[in-house]
Amino acid sequence: MTQSPESIQPYLRPNTLRPTVFWRLAEDIPPRLNLAFTVASIGIPLVLWWLVTTLGNVDPKFLPSPGQVIAAFGRLWNSGELLQDTVASLWRVGVGFLMAALLSIPVGVLMGSFASIRALLEPLFGLVRYMPAPAFIPLLILYLGIGEEPKVTLIFIGVFFFNALMVMDTVKFVPKDLIESTFMLGGNRIATLLQVIFPYVLPGILDACRINLAAAWQLVIVSELIAATEGLGRRISVAGRFLKTDEIFVGLIVIGVIGLSFDLLFQYLLRISCKWASQKR
Amino acid sequence: MYLKINSLHKNFSTKNGPLVVLKDINMDIEQGEFICAVGASGSGKSTLLRQIAGLDRPSSGEVRVDGKVISGPGPDRGMVFQHYTLYPWMDVQKNTEFGLKLLGVPKKVRREQASYYLSVVGLTQFAKALPKQLSGGMKQRVAIARALASEPKVLLMDEPFGALDIHTKESMHEFMLDLWNRTNITIFMITHDVEEAVFLANRVYALGARPGTVRKEMTIKLPNRNSSVKRHSTFHDYRDELMDLMRQHGKEAVAMA
Ligand SMILES: Nc1ncnc2c1ncn2[C@@H]1O[C@H](COP(=O)(O)OP(=O)(O)OP(=O)(O)O)[C@@H](O)[C@H]1O
Ligand SMILES: [Mg+2]
Repeated sequence: MTQSPESIQPYLRPNTLRPTVFWRLAEDIPPRLNLAFTVASIGIPLVLWWLVTTLGNVDPKFLPSPGQVIAAFGRLWNSGELLQDTVASLWRVGVGFLMAALLSIPVGVLMGSFASIRALLEPLFGLVRYMPAPAFIPLLILYLGIGEEPKVTLIFIGVFFFNALMVMDTVKFVPKDLIESTFMLGGNRIATLLQVIFPYVLPGILDACRINLAAAWQLVIVSELIAATEGLGRRISVAGRFLKTDEIFVGLIVIGVIGLSFDLLFQYLLRISCKWASQKR
Repeated sequence: MYLKINSLHKNFSTKNGPLVVLKDINMDIEQGEFICAVGASGSGKSTLLRQIAGLDRPSSGEVRVDGKVISGPGPDRGMVFQHYTLYPWMDVQKNTEFGLKLLGVPKKVRREQASYYLSVVGLTQFAKALPKQLSGGMKQRVAIARALASEPKVLLMDEPFGALDIHTKESMHEFMLDLWNRTNITIFMITHDVEEAVFLANRVYALGARPGTVRKEMTIKLPNRNSSVKRHSTFHDYRDELMDLMRQHGKEAVAMA
């Protein structure tokens, strides 16, 4: 027989987990507290900003006050420039992202489902994914000029490869038993792909699109910083040139708010279309 | 013979060379029989069932259902897996209908068929529930209803009640016997639970491990099939004989390891 091991008694401390509200692990906090924290998350920086600009003696060319930014917002809104810029940026993102999503979702599902298609495409996509999309700008200008095409193409490149690979990854999580059950019930491969694999990964697809829409939104701003006559990115770079710091802030805030709205919209879509996927019963 | 397994062998190639999992399996099963195959963990039970299902191909030998050699998965064999395999986004009704939908059965017909089998498994009032709202036993009953709805020639089951507690398991046993009496379907069920096998089956195959072979075939004749029969000496005799057999296999397996 082997010897009995050294006693662990000295290490055993009375050690029950104490209850907590703030440090709950993988558990919800009370809804009221949640709301309070959400308000504080935006409110505190806003108040700080307001305090620094009113109490401190800050040059508005360096840091405009919230009031000045609101005034600049009104000015740009009334002149119609802000709307024009926003529409221009939204249009580019809309076209580039939609084309990329519509193409990358089926390609990603096919790559995830068929090892043959994966072997054919994954090396190429994996390589292109590591080329930052903005690095394509000189080529795109060379090939496509400075109109809308290079901007939309930039967004397409930046979204397509990432989205296809992320969608592919979600397909890997489809349980093999579920696919085999479908075969046993008489499903052929196409029916299994369309009626089992696709619905199963739909929440994952929506999530991948949500993340890549953020990337698309960043790329449109980058593309406009370089060559554009209108757009939110263009607005910021012009404002910078003329030291209109308040307009830079307007641009940044509008970009952030629109991006966040997209995000919330996707989360909402996910919640209503895939109730089954939520953790709650 | 309705379900026939002819000198079936199955090898897997592994890093340490070929692994013989099933060796010369022969089984003859008549229509309407309730067969249980018992064996210890790792004896190749799931592997055997996958060959019958057509989800995997034998290294040699063949499986025939109603005279036809099995070459792939198909709806003439209903399958209930060891793990829960309901479609999580479909409610219970849609899950039960799904096989019929795949076969192109018109909506109205498949709705009635599914409703009938949901009533057979006693889940009519849960037709609109999602799988995540069901208990484990209910999920397996839906899986059984889904398999039965396509009116398969055999129902294949891989330790379907392995994850259930003893009371739920017992009520599932009564349910299975009732179902078998009413539908007279051929059932081939795999289990490692000897009592389950003796209570349910009219014939039991005991499998030995490494490689998996049929060690014993036993026809079960019980005075009745109520749960009280488990206290009957005939039941004990069958159970003890199978237990001894499995214990012996276990020793051999340990000695070989
Ligand atoms: N695809 C495979 N490749 C290699 N070896 C496999 C494969 N599938 C099964 N095996 C081996 O075959 C043996 C039998 O496996 P199987 O799953 O059929 O056992 P089982 O009797 O169903 O066990 P359990 O009761 O635990 O479910 C095991 O030793 C396993 O490692
Ligand atoms: Mg098994």
